[in-house]
Amino acid sequence: MDAADSHREIDAIWRIESARIVAGLARIVRDIGVAQDLAQDALVAALQQWPEEGIPDKPGAWLMAAAKHRALDWLRRDKLIGRKHEELGREIAREQSTAGTDMEAAIDDPIGDDLLRLVFVACHPVLSTEARVALTLRLLGGLTTAEIARAFLTSEPTIAQRIVRAKRTLAEARVPFEVPRGDELKARLSSVLDVIYLIFNEGYSATAGGDWMRPALCEEALRLGRILAELTPGEAEVHGLVALMEIQASRSRARVNAAGEPILLLDQNRAQWDHLLIRRGLAALARAEGLSATPGKFTLQAAIAACHARARTAAETDWARIAALYAMLARIMPSPIVELNRAVAVGMAAGPHAGLAIVDMLTAEGKLANYHLLPSVRGDLLVKVGRGSEARAEFERAASLTANERERKLLLDRAAACELQ
Amino acid sequence: MRFMMLMIPKGYETAPPGTMPDPKAVATMMQYNESLQKAGVLLALDGLHPPSTGARVSFHGGKPTVTDGPFIEAKEVVGGYWMIQVRSKEEAVEWASRCPGSDNEVIEIRQMMEFGDFPQPK
Repeated sequence: MDAADSHREIDAIWRIESARIVAGLARIVRDIGVAQDLAQDALVAALQQWPEEGIPDKPGAWLMAAAKHRALDWLRRDKLIGRKHEELGREIAREQSTAGTDMEAAIDDPIGDDLLRLVFVACHPVLSTEARVALTLRLLGGLTTAEIARAFLTSEPTIAQRIVRAKRTLAEARVPFEVPRGDELKARLSSVLDVIYLIFNEGYSATAGGDWMRPALCEEALRLGRILAELTPGEAEVHGLVALMEIQASRSRARVNAAGEPILLLDQNRAQWDHLLIRRGLAALARAEGLSATPGKFTLQAAIAACHARARTAAETDWARIAALYAMLARIMPSPIVELNRAVAVGMAAGPHAGLAIVDMLTAEGKLANYHLLPSVRGDLLVKVGRGSEARAEFERAASLTANERERKLLLDRAAACELQ
Repeated sequence: MRFMMLMIPKGYETAPPGTMPDPKAVATMMQYNESLQKAGVLLALDGLHPPSTGARVSFHGGKPTVTDGPFIEAKEVVGGYWMIQVRSKEEAVEWASRCPGSDNEVIEIRQMMEFGDFPQPK
């Protein structure tokens, strides 16, 4: 095996193990910045030793033991250690002397509690959203700063600095390394789910032909979601989020044509949907629905996505159910965008007049005044009720509001088609 | 990227119908499957009945011909598979290396073709 091969192999092992190691160390040293540095030192040791000595039988255990050694040294060196640290250090030292070679045990984390703590700290509300995203990808995804920078179309120093600052903020705020309990858990979990979904959408909004790192964000978000679902099996919304991401990801190869142009959901070739992901998504949704009688925002959005996924053809879509789900979503997450989507569903389920009534209300309230999809949807409904000239004006207005060249052309074509009617 | 880990148990090519793996091996394998699940990399997995209960359809001369199992000419057959989603081939190899396989078992790792890998019809 040459050096490059073994480096790639070690890199793969590191990606599998790093989150667990950083999490285990963070519990001991109570500082994720220090934990990450110590973990990194263990990786450097592996990179030095393994190519010469061969990769150990249990590389994860080896890395964990090496990392723990460094954590103990750090605790001993650190003159400012508090009592807690001292106790922990003694406890680990004791275990180390009795357990002999089984050094992994002290920071072993069979139920994944450390990992879950790390998730909550990385997504802590004391951090800005972009800091949460960067830290989550770095610590839990094991992505390098270069990879994160590429994924977010920004420079490596920017991401590196963002991560450094985030770690400092956490240390200064003395954010405890723990899983929140009771009422706090719900709010904090929701912050974690938002971060994961944001990562997913960052990848999902990138169209084909772009940098591979951006679509890879979808896979990364899905992986984080699946891990979280294993760590918190009783949380309905976690399964709801996983369901939503699985079902959305199932459409990724059908949603752009060969030229990279987006294809609308109803026009997609459903044979190209990934039915394995749909099955997984529907299973996750069933789990979410089985856990809570009052579905949250992710479960509801997943249920809407599932209506489309279950329909063999666009014509078979259960629009009445989608409209009802949007109404439920609007209650827990009031937003004019949700309302606009509800208008589309109602228009399909109960006829264009009913849909138009909702859109007119949004227009009257002055909501979404500069959002091109409002006049676009209104134009669509107006065409259906035979008000062609009004529809044309709406499409033209929509065209003037969109920044996307392709979309503008499509809307102007629709406006021109109204002329002919 | 997605990979198939194809489990090839030697001797399975001649195993009689109803052959089942040893319960102890099943238990350790379930632990392994769980570790894949916990790591968020497992997409699907299945075990396959022995080929003695299967059939092969060949297309010599463009005509389908059915042969019932077992297949005397087969030297090795697939006994089951895992489908995983990982970031590199090395990661897939690492996961396969962690499988509690026995002396007679081999895991073959094959990357799955993505949609973009196929030639697109115009």
